[in-house]
Amino acid sequence: MWKWLHPYANPEISYHFTGKLLPWLTKLSFLLLGTGIVWALLFAPADYQQGNSFRIFYLHVPAAMLSMGIYVGMAIAALSSLVWQIKLADASAAAMAPVGAAFTAIALITGAAWGKPTWGTWWIWDARLTSELILLFLYLGVIALHNAFEDKALAGKAAGILSLVGAINIPIIKYSVEWWNTLHQGSTVSKLGAPSMATEMYWPFLLCLFGFVSLVAWIICLRFRTEIITRNAMRPWVKTLVCQPETK
Amino acid sequence: MSEQQPFMKNLSYRGAFSLVFKRDLTIALRHKDDIFNPLLFFIIVVTLFPLGIGPEPNTLARIAPGIIWVAALLSTLLSLDRLFKSDHADGSLEQLLLSPHPLFIIVLAKIVAHWCLTGLPLILVAPLLAVLLHLDENSYSALMLTLLIGTPILSFLGAIGVALTVGIKKGGVLLSLLVLPLYIPVLIFATSAIDAASMNLPYNGQLAIIGALFVGSISLAPFAVSAALKVSTN
Repeated sequence: MWKWLHPYANPEISYHFTGKLLPWLTKLSFLLLGTGIVWALLFAPADYQQGNSFRIFYLHVPAAMLSMGIYVGMAIAALSSLVWQIKLADASAAAMAPVGAAFTAIALITGAAWGKPTWGTWWIWDARLTSELILLFLYLGVIALHNAFEDKALAGKAAGILSLVGAINIPIIKYSVEWWNTLHQGSTVSKLGAPSMATEMYWPFLLCLFGFVSLVAWIICLRFRTEIITRNAMRPWVKTLVCQPETK
Repeated sequence: MSEQQPFMKNLSYRGAFSLVFKRDLTIALRHKDDIFNPLLFFIIVVTLFPLGIGPEPNTLARIAPGIIWVAALLSTLLSLDRLFKSDHADGSLEQLLLSPHPLFIIVLAKIVAHWCLTGLPLILVAPLLAVLLHLDENSYSALMLTLLIGTPILSFLGAIGVALTVGIKKGGVLLSLLVLPLYIPVLIFATSAIDAASMNLPYNGQLAIIGALFVGSISLAPFAVSAALKVSTN
């Protein structure tokens, strides 16, 4: 059943496969983000309470969702690397960690910028904000552990264990707004079928969200290819790849 | 060695646990500095706060739970190094990993021994520091209970970090980067329990969450530690 998946465990095949994926992801992310952001910032109606300051929502919410999503992806990659000993899963987890950290930082910074006009403060020790900050620390710990080992295979395993331990934080962030009734508002967009916001605000949000998803996929693919190349630098196929001039 | 073999094979889980536990306690009791230095660190950090913030009793009473808990986190962090480092240096850690007994039992024994040597003294000295910080009388029982349930969590979660970094030469700073984020939930619930107690509010809820963290860490952390030790010793 899973036989079609097996060839992709080979670094060379994965490298060329992601290479074919890259231009499509580039186009898709530019298209979706271009239309989504222009629509969201210029044409979507302003919020009746928050005015135009709510428009940062279109940046903040996708970043926050992705910060958790990338972590889940990293934890799944770590699990499959630990359980099935797939070396490429380590490479993909290593590729995801800095991207996830960047998106966590974006979510925190845009959240602070949004909090100032609406809540009157840059930062508050609210449950969701705190757990998102812990997520940033977890990402930084994983990255630091990756860098601490000379041997990349060991680094991948160690960082994988840490990311699995830290995965306990993800449901805490997700449900923090329901468990603790604090300043951060509840979720408005992830209710499937019945989002509690107007349709003309919801469509640009979806465009932005999928635009960011494809942007992240693009960056991760790029980083994943670099990881493959550096890890397999001694292999003949990499040497021929580097030596031959770019034909495209 | 051939005489030892049947003995080792017949050793029950409880026997293996108590053997490792006693070994760690004996080693620690012969290097008493290892026990006293983290404790001394704990006391000194706590005394720094009244000097830095000012001796106002109301202010001190307000921030006392946080001070005591943060100092407990930091001193546990300092003492974590001892858990596997010397065993790794002299090779006995690899022998423990090679033994026929489940690694879970051995790791559990080592962590429990670590808690007896660092967590227990902290709990015993905490009331004295609470007096120095003018903590409310209502909150003493909450302070003791949270420390009693909370410090084992610190040992268990910290053991994961130590096991991951034991093979790295300069693992000290990295260890604190890895472990401190994991400690945050314990800190939050423990201090909020003590705060609630000082206002004569019930704090069963916070205590229950710390209890859940305790049960979770005692049952799951040894698996993570075993996996991490296998990675580190390679």
